[in-house]
Amino acid sequence: MLWNLPFIAVVLLTAIGISIILLKKNLVKIFMGLNVLTSAVNLFIIAVGYREGGIAPIFTNAPSPVMVMPTPQALCLTSIVIGVATTAVLLAFAMLLYRMYGTNDVEAIRELRG
Amino acid sequence: MRRYLSVAVMLILAAFLMFIVTGLTFGNPQYADMDDYFIQNGQEQIATNNIVTTIVFDYRGFDTLGESTVLFTAVIGVAMLFRKFTGGEYDEDE
Amino acid sequence: MMRMSKIVRTCADLMYPFVVIFGWYVIMHGHLTPGGGFQGGAVVATGAALVIVAYSYQEITSMLKKAVLMVQESTGLLLFIGAGLGGMVLGFPFFFNWLANSGSLFGMSVPYGPNPGELNTAGFLPLMNIAVGIEVWGGLTLVILYLLSGLEKGEA
Repeated sequence: MLWNLPFIAVVLLTAIGISIILLKKNLVKIFMGLNVLTSAVNLFIIAVGYREGGIAPIFTNAPSPVMVMPTPQALCLTSIVIGVATTAVLLAFAMLLYRMYGTNDVEAIRELRG
Repeated sequence: MRRYLSVAVMLILAAFLMFIVTGLTFGNPQYADMDDYFIQNGQEQIATNNIVTTIVFDYRGFDTLGESTVLFTAVIGVAMLFRKFTGGEYDEDE
Repeated sequence: MMRMSKIVRTCADLMYPFVVIFGWYVIMHGHLTPGGGFQGGAVVATGAALVIVAYSYQEITSMLKKAVLMVQESTGLLLFIGAGLGGMVLGFPFFFNWLANSGSLFGMSVPYGPNPGELNTAGFLPLMNIAVGIEVWGGLTLVILYLLSGLEKGEA
């Protein structure tokens, strides 16, 4: 079971993230679950590109010629920045909802709007 | 009731994903021709030691252009959401 | 009008230049060491967040103007696109690395294999790193400032 431990961690993080999104009622906690899910995806992308005994693909004083795949790391960088952007917009919406309705409970907000 | 249903669905989904994941091999990617090309030729073509930066800004430069645009748009959206609502209808912030 | 104690404010004042210098080191060496424009810009924005935590909102808005940060963010994106368009003037395609291996600014060539690293390499990648660093610095600081301005009166 230990030969692909990072993938098992990916499954556990995915389950935790989706569970938080489904079960929690607070909007801020739902966004935290979304970020956990983003971390799961990033870890999966990085783990797919790992090569046995490889180092980071940077040639400055590189100790070994075996390097991991660089493209997944570049895509993961893109994914992290877009995650930051969406989190900023979602938190702004959460603050506006709290200011307008006085609560961050999704069910209370749904009842208020009918 | 809905809570238990959610937990059951999550357990089934986690078991399904775990079943898929146990078949993957870790540490030995099969199709790495493109990445080997980048590692072999990146230094001579772009004259950069950091291959990840080479891919982010040169081989996939359009990707980064879209990424910067997404970040810019998100900041503009946050600025638009937090303008002052009191005062006139089109009141400027500050 | 809530501000931290004098110890926290003095420590923030002392740490702010070091955080900014480290962020610019990460940006400038993005083509040699781990890092780059996005990461270094995030580090510099962390320095701004440190000052924001230490001082009150009224003092912050006199130090960091929102209009200046907005101009800074737009300037970063325009520099990024301009670096890509610069090659089109010389007849190259859009986003072609027109400075690499040219012998001029950032134009030294690098042979294959591990080497100690030379700052004057990599073509227009340092220009793009600087542009993206300026953009992320302004953008993240602006997001933090706007989220802070959304608080009620008395909480900030």
